[in-house]
Amino acid sequence: MHPYAKFGILILIIVSTLGWLALEGVSETKTYYKTIEEMAAMGTDAQVKRLRVGGDVEVIERNGQQVKFRMIQKENGKNLTLNVVYNGKDPLPDTFRIGAQCLADGKMGANGVFQASRIQAKCASKYEAKPGAKPGGNSSYAKPATT
Amino acid sequence: MENIGGLCLILAFCLGVYSIFASVVGAWKQKPFLLVSGQRAVYSVWALVTTASALLVYAIMTDDFRIQYVWAHSNKAMATIYKFTAWWGGQEGSLLFWSFILSTYTAVVVFTTRKKHEYRAMMPWITSVLMFTLVFFLMLVAFVEHPFRILAIGRAATPMDDGRGLDPLLQYWTMVIHPPFLYLGYVGFVVPFAFAMGSLITKQPGDGWIHTTRRWALITWAFQSTGILLGAGWAYAVLGWGGYWGWDPVENASLLPWITSTSFLHSVMMQEKKGMMKVWNMVLVAATFFLCILGTFLTRSGVVSSVHAFAQSSLGNYFVVFLAVGIGATTWLILNRLPYLKSETQLESVVSRESSFLFNNLILLASCFAILWGTLFPVISEAVTGEKITVDAPYFNRVNIPIGLFLLFLTGVGPLVAWRRSSADALKRAFLMPTVGAAIFMSVLVALGIHHVYAVISFGLCFFVTATIGSEFWKGSKSIAAKDQVNLLRGAFELTHRNTRRYGGYIVHMGIVIMFIGFTGAAFNLDRTVEAKVGSTFKLGRYDLKVADMKGGENENYVWNHALIEVRSGGSYITTLKPELRKYAVSGSQTSNVAIRRALNEDLYLNFAGMTADSKVILQSYVFPLVSWIWVGYWVLLIGTLICLVPSKIKLQYAKMEVVGIARQAQPVEN
Repeated sequence: MHPYAKFGILILIIVSTLGWLALEGVSETKTYYKTIEEMAAMGTDAQVKRLRVGGDVEVIERNGQQVKFRMIQKENGKNLTLNVVYNGKDPLPDTFRIGAQCLADGKMGANGVFQASRIQAKCASKYEAKPGAKPGGNSSYAKPATT
Repeated sequence: MENIGGLCLILAFCLGVYSIFASVVGAWKQKPFLLVSGQRAVYSVWALVTTASALLVYAIMTDDFRIQYVWAHSNKAMATIYKFTAWWGGQEGSLLFWSFILSTYTAVVVFTTRKKHEYRAMMPWITSVLMFTLVFFLMLVAFVEHPFRILAIGRAATPMDDGRGLDPLLQYWTMVIHPPFLYLGYVGFVVPFAFAMGSLITKQPGDGWIHTTRRWALITWAFQSTGILLGAGWAYAVLGWGGYWGWDPVENASLLPWITSTSFLHSVMMQEKKGMMKVWNMVLVAATFFLCILGTFLTRSGVVSSVHAFAQSSLGNYFVVFLAVGIGATTWLILNRLPYLKSETQLESVVSRESSFLFNNLILLASCFAILWGTLFPVISEAVTGEKITVDAPYFNRVNIPIGLFLLFLTGVGPLVAWRRSSADALKRAFLMPTVGAAIFMSVLVALGIHHVYAVISFGLCFFVTATIGSEFWKGSKSIAAKDQVNLLRGAFELTHRNTRRYGGYIVHMGIVIMFIGFTGAAFNLDRTVEAKVGSTFKLGRYDLKVADMKGGENENYVWNHALIEVRSGGSYITTLKPELRKYAVSGSQTSNVAIRRALNEDLYLNFAGMTADSKVILQSYVFPLVSWIWVGYWVLLIGTLICLVPSKIKLQYAKMEVVGIARQAQPVEN
């Protein structure tokens, strides 16, 4: 057999194996990005599928290892809120704080509280507080315009 | 000052455009004065961008909070070193930093090649490609994300008392140097790309561009490796979750050009020695450049959700246009020049050094594609199905662990297989001992109770590769030691010096092996979270941990709580660790200062996660076996890369012999 044919067969085997692994990986870990509004429209489906929802963190309550917080999402001029409870094993990132942008992965609970198993917060190096606000805090001083 | 800064950027942009025009027209119409003028414009652009950068740094250092960028990324209380990092801490400043590095690289390229006649035809085009990229970034920084904007209410500049400052988490030494190293890597890959395009445009028949750019590619590869490892080290030591890699889109974006450049550094040898893979090398060098731009695009456009991405901005559209134009033009150029890129030899056997290089490239590219696919999956799925779907770390691990192991295998196989073809006898001689050794080693691991399949395979392959690299050094050193009557160590030094590229490469491979040992250790991580009061004890692995004391207090910046944890093993006292939790008064942010007992066999990692209502400490404790090997492996990799950059002794001697007119000796061959 020509060396290029042998090489082609080996490549095919390797690529097929990797393709199969990739497909398995996708089907096992796929997570649906949803807004709070879209999640509400999903009904009980939101309790079955793995979801990712993002927003700004408000009101954090820490009770031992359990962390409850409210997430706020601004859409079309409306402020939508979602109550989230985190019972995950991993420590929450230090960047998770009031005012931070965060992503919560998990499923919607039957009680309407989002059960997060993973929380990511905006990396400190890229977090840009809203103009007029101090990082992580809510400040009321006026937003200066820029020239 | 802000006006001078802005003017410098606009002038730099205009001169950049002029430099492209002068270089292209000069080369086309054969006008030397235009070519010289175009090159001088490069130096002028560098001077202007450097002045603008110096002005921004000066504004940061002198707390000029009239400037929005300074106000947003610095404050009075910050230490000088952290104030300096504010230069690249935000969107506008980091774009200026990009431009500064690229203009410096461009000036260095123009300066170092000014007297090299072999590049005379290519240089105008190389300059044009470099300046085209620089002009794109100067356009962004001069007209879209301007770093010298003044804070104002109405028409009046508004002086602010203090700035918002840099996040406390970033005030850590590795974070000072992590972004510059990544940028040095990202930006540096523009140079090999420019040389490749210059070679294609001028239809160069030889491999001149490869000899020059290999060194650039190697240096920028080392910068990129350093940047990635510094980021991983910071995440491990500072963020409190004990991880060093999260498969986040922006992390992946930094890995993609690293993978393609690794592939290029290997396949380039095929072109140098066998005249093969010429098209492939062009594709790789172009892919590396465009993946660098894609990484910058992902970080700055908000197209994929990433914890590392800058705030969403309109920059994405500019990058899309740049990528579309660049990829389109490069593809056309490669296709148009295919007749000049024909292979000089053919693949003769599947069992050959050539074949191992091809497999290495294929596997690296498969990994690159899988990571790119996973990273862009939300964008692709939204375009195809209308639903935005993301994939998580298990997807990346599932694909990349087998790929990594196969690459490790090839690392061991490559040096032992001959060029062109290897006979069955030669293979048996070369592979028998390392294979038997690795099989025995794996059996011992299984007998010792290690049943994690990937871990056993990984350790076995690490043994195999170490044996093959070791045998290469052993055989060569022994031969030199016997011939030159020196000891074995001196022989190994001499061997490496005679062919720095080959033996430096082996040391880089050894660094990768050591890092793999560290990665594999993650299969045996232990963790335990407890709520404990003073005096209580708990066990984690071989450690007995006792909460000896808890203290709290406050200073003007933050309220702190820490626990003193006594660590014992087998009844013997080892150390006392002090994990701490801080809550900052102004920002309300909470940071954990983890306590780590580092050792080569395993790290003990404690995180003070919080307090319960009844004043118990919530302590997250981890044992990370072998994790320190990752950082050790990096240093070995860096040393190997530096050795590769040292000129080989053989070549030096050969050049001297030619100068004095001694008859041509046997041609030294590098492997």
